[in-house]
Amino acid sequence: MVENIHDQSQLDRLGQLGRKLRREQRLLSCFRLRTNYDLLIGAAVLGALIVLAFIGPLLSPYDPLEMKVLDRLKPPSAAHWLGTDEFGRDLLTRVLHGARLSLGIGITVTLLTSLLGLIIGVYAAFYKPLDHILMRICDGLIAFPGILLAIALMATLGASASNVIIALTIVFTPSIARTIRSTALVVREQPYIEAIRAQGATNARIIWLHIAPNALSPLLVQAAFVFAEAILSEAALSFLGAGIPAPAPSWGNILQASKSVISKAWWMVTFPGIALVLSVLSLNMLGDGLRDFLDPRSKRKGKGSRRVRRVAP
Amino acid sequence: MLAYLAKRLLSLVPVLLVITIATFMLIHIMPGGPAAAILGLEATQSDTDALNEAMGFDRPIAEQYINWIGGLFRGDLGDSLFLHQPVGQAISEHLGPTFSLAVVAEVIALLLAIPLGILAAYKRDSALDQLVRSLSLVGMAVPGFLLALFLMLFVGVRLHWLPIAGYAPLADGVWAHYRYLILPGISLGTIQAALIMRMTRSSMLEVLHLNFIKTVRSKGLRESKVLLKHALRNAFIPILTVIGQTFGTLVTGAVIIETIFNIPGIGQLVINSIERRDYTVIQGVVLTVTLLYVLINLIVDLLYGAVDPRVRLDRK
Repeated sequence: MVENIHDQSQLDRLGQLGRKLRREQRLLSCFRLRTNYDLLIGAAVLGALIVLAFIGPLLSPYDPLEMKVLDRLKPPSAAHWLGTDEFGRDLLTRVLHGARLSLGIGITVTLLTSLLGLIIGVYAAFYKPLDHILMRICDGLIAFPGILLAIALMATLGASASNVIIALTIVFTPSIARTIRSTALVVREQPYIEAIRAQGATNARIIWLHIAPNALSPLLVQAAFVFAEAILSEAALSFLGAGIPAPAPSWGNILQASKSVISKAWWMVTFPGIALVLSVLSLNMLGDGLRDFLDPRSKRKGKGSRRVRRVAP
Repeated sequence: MLAYLAKRLLSLVPVLLVITIATFMLIHIMPGGPAAAILGLEATQSDTDALNEAMGFDRPIAEQYINWIGGLFRGDLGDSLFLHQPVGQAISEHLGPTFSLAVVAEVIALLLAIPLGILAAYKRDSALDQLVRSLSLVGMAVPGFLLALFLMLFVGVRLHWLPIAGYAPLADGVWAHYRYLILPGISLGTIQAALIMRMTRSSMLEVLHLNFIKTVRSKGLRESKVLLKHALRNAFIPILTVIGQTFGTLVTGAVIIETIFNIPGIGQLVINSIERRDYTVIQGVVLTVTLLYVLINLIVDLLYGAVDPRVRLDRK
């Protein structure tokens, strides 16, 4: 088609056509976005939670760690909107600081697993011998029940926020790597990759400029699910006493403390619980919505969308 | 079938290798080495040396691994440093309650999920369907330990219907045994139920618009028979897979739930072992549960192959 173009007017016409197509495509995307309630609601709730996590602690007059014996286990009131905990600390303040901690750990784990999973996945798809070794290791790590592996790693590494990140990254990276690999394997066989190779592109160029970008949309979907699972797992680990050490206001820690005063303080279970469920729910919806948006063909299939394993029970 | 079995077993070899190496390394990645970690900060150098000598930590790492694997083949997981008994014995003493809990959870999940899933598919897009779908979405977002706390709060503390913690062995009577397992079973079974419900619904939907359903309906068959005898039967294989694949997760999920309800299973064993720095027990539990998990998945795969011959041909 291209070799028939001789004069400028034809070129201009083609350019106009291209622009028109792009505009239509954008309109279509806009429409698909507007009717994608999963994506919209998920993003809105998550956005609200992130904003709360950022500004909430700044507005609170209380300190999340300072104990006041006189204010122990007070129910919700004008002074303490969500009540106080067993050491007289303001629960709202602790839940907001907990949001920072939980979302922060979730984001960090998601970024690390995405990066590592992308690197492992594309290289495994590209180099056959490497593929065998890497995928056997991934299979082995996936064979471990996730939360148990995380508990065992925390037991040996020691309880701290950075070790939670390390343990969860080890737990989640294999499934991301597998997703990326399976996408990259398909992309690698496309004719355009062959064409690029025929032009003399180096392997690194093919991998990072042509294969990796094509693996980004499944990665984005999986990343949303990993984010949700990471938040859940961190809460589960802290709840079991194998996560972030005690005075820090993680949601899991507040829930753990609530267990021993469950007959006296319903608010200590309810509010951090709601925060946890809301963030996980919004991320799951975001993941579903992203999948529908980025890969409309998979819609209504309902199967195989969630390759990240459930970790927290 | 035999070739499929052999292939499937062969593919397990590298997985088992990675599992054993990773589990073995758990003890050796500890900061400051295993002996120092076991003894704690107050340990003297001579204590550490003595423990290294006794446990063989001073040997080359490959030799230690081979010795350890050799022990595994004899069913020897080492000795607990705290309980003064073999790890294998400690685990088998704690396995019963965990297994009981997982079974109760599975039964609760099935009783809840299959009827609701069928109804949701049958009355597609009705209010009931919407409700079932949102319930399964929420069910997957509420972690078991949180549900456990809410159940304790409402059913145990407010209504006093069921005990909020504890355990009675089956020897104390059937009701006494299961009474303690109902709340933990619900907490553990809900996610399971959500997954099975989703699969039942989508699998039934796929079958329900096929032609043979029209045929049996036009024969004048009762609707309940159409659903249960014809549709469900044909929709059952994917449902069975989900049940099988997630039963492994139930066993590990039980590990968390039982620590909340004070059920003396392997979960409690592992959590208590963290405080006791009893690393051989942690190692043993992780290995045992992982092997169980792999075994369950293997059995499910084989069953699936036996039920649906196409599976054997599909997989390489």
